[in-house]
Amino acid sequence: MPANLIQATGLRKSFGTLAAVRGIDLCVARGHVLGFLGPNGAGKSTTMRMLTGFLQPDAGTVNIAGIDLAMNPLGAKRNLGYLPEGAPAYGEMRVEEFLAFTARARGYRGAEVARRVHSAVARVHLQPCRGQRIETLSKGYKRRTGIAQALLHDPPVLILDEPTDGLDPNQKFEVRQLVRDLGKDRAIILSTHILEEVEAVCTRAVIINHGRMVFDGTPKELDARVPAGVTHNRLDHIFRTLTAANSKERA
Amino acid sequence: MSGARDRSSHSDGGKMPEQAARNSFGPPSTPSALARVISVFRREFATYFATPVAAVFIVMFVAIAALLSFQMAGLYTRGQADLRAFFQWQPWLGMLFMPALGMRLWSDERRSGSIELLMTLPLTTRDMVLGKFLAAWAFACVALLLTTPLWITIAWLGEPDHGVILAGYLATAMLFATLLSVSVCLSACTRNSVVAFVLSVAACFVLLLTGFSIVQDFFAQWSSKWVIESLASMSAMTHFNGLTRGVFDARDVLYPLSVVFALLWVNVLLLDWRGSQ
Ligand SMILES: Nc1ncnc2c1ncn2[C@@H]1O[C@H](COP(=O)(O)OP(=O)(O)OP(=O)(O)O)[C@@H](O)[C@H]1O
Ligand SMILES: [Mg+2]
Repeated sequence: MPANLIQATGLRKSFGTLAAVRGIDLCVARGHVLGFLGPNGAGKSTTMRMLTGFLQPDAGTVNIAGIDLAMNPLGAKRNLGYLPEGAPAYGEMRVEEFLAFTARARGYRGAEVARRVHSAVARVHLQPCRGQRIETLSKGYKRRTGIAQALLHDPPVLILDEPTDGLDPNQKFEVRQLVRDLGKDRAIILSTHILEEVEAVCTRAVIINHGRMVFDGTPKELDARVPAGVTHNRLDHIFRTLTAANSKERA
Repeated sequence: MSGARDRSSHSDGGKMPEQAARNSFGPPSTPSALARVISVFRREFATYFATPVAAVFIVMFVAIAALLSFQMAGLYTRGQADLRAFFQWQPWLGMLFMPALGMRLWSDERRSGSIELLMTLPLTTRDMVLGKFLAAWAFACVALLLTTPLWITIAWLGEPDHGVILAGYLATAMLFATLLSVSVCLSACTRNSVVAFVLSVAACFVLLLTGFSIVQDFFAQWSSKWVIESLASMSAMTHFNGLTRGVFDARDVLYPLSVVFALLWVNVLLLDWRGSQ
């Protein structure tokens, strides 16, 4: 296994005239949880879509667990669990059917399908609605279904787009704990707008703005950048400073 | 077949056991292409029955097919035991019913965002296109099979040529495959399934229409014989009629096969191209 389970270099993506991602490099080693931050529209989801092979980058390469995503998409995707933004799923399917579909698509057979589905359901506490249609689930349970789907095959690489969005405080706490546990022997990227989440679970923080990286370091280093005298919402303060400076520079 | 997305899907089979040994993550082996297609097929096929689509589609299809062949075509009054009228109506039924089956296959995925999930599973674009198409076709064939009570009725009323009827059913199944491949392909072009439906009906109409002598006569006024003949040979109608007459011509079988193959291939290219947009 390579040192970096996730390695992306020079990622770029434009939609028409809009340059959404303008040169992003990311390396995440086993045992690390990278918090991906940035204002709305900064290009976080676009970057994650390129990392998971949903969008083809205009430039740059992605390497997942030592496998080049462009050269061997199937091999790379096998090692990947992905929670898309908003956790879309097949609404007309029932939770367990849906999870069984992803298990089969990933190559599980027979009793192993049921076993995998069962353990994924238990992990995110989905038992009460495992026979329910996904379109009738509450937002938080939809999100949990998405997380269960991403964890089902125990991938070494997890990419989670706003995993705690819409969860209640108990579930937020549990998901953070889960991510921290999983992160011990995996490489995880999670995007979030909650800065305390970064402090709670991440070993590294990356802030992007207008498709460019404006900060890359540990949460401690981020905290150290806060000017003296600021005592309230320290991280929010530095987030605003970093992203506002970049915006002015652009204008 | 699917270009960039599965360029090396064939080579990863050999690499995985070694990799699985090195880490305990992930499934034990790469599923075969067939297993991947089946996983997509299963989900799609089950979806028809999880929604009112199956009931509405089958009831309407069988009812309209029976009505058209018994009432409008005078199955009783003609005093002839065959299903010619039934088969004559199939192209027009297919023109409306196949787009109804195919329209949502890709547009719904795109609208709901579930395509993001599907495309990040370890499946090639070809697996997805084949799985979806085959599921829709299998469903259409189920609906078609449920019209066989008509055949039984005819057999009971008189002495039909069973070979011709069987050929008619096979021809219809192939015609449906052709029309379905048109609408699956157009479904990949838009995230609006109503647009996909309307475009598909129009495309199917054109595909059928060029086989009619009225249309050919219109073209005859200003074009050469060669144009008219190639126009006729490109129509799904010409080949369908050939088969339902009970005359076997290899070209009539090759036509639907090659149209389906070509359109599914275009579908794969379209999806791969969309991915790079
Ligand atoms: N398919 C698309 N077509 C056109 N523009 C797009 C597309 N996807 C994203 N964009 C644009 O790219 C930019 C970055 O979007 P992205 O979704 O990556 O932001 P984000 O950082 O995830 O924001 P948020 O915090 O709101 O989720 C936005 O300006 C968005 O409008
Ligand atoms: Mg986003």
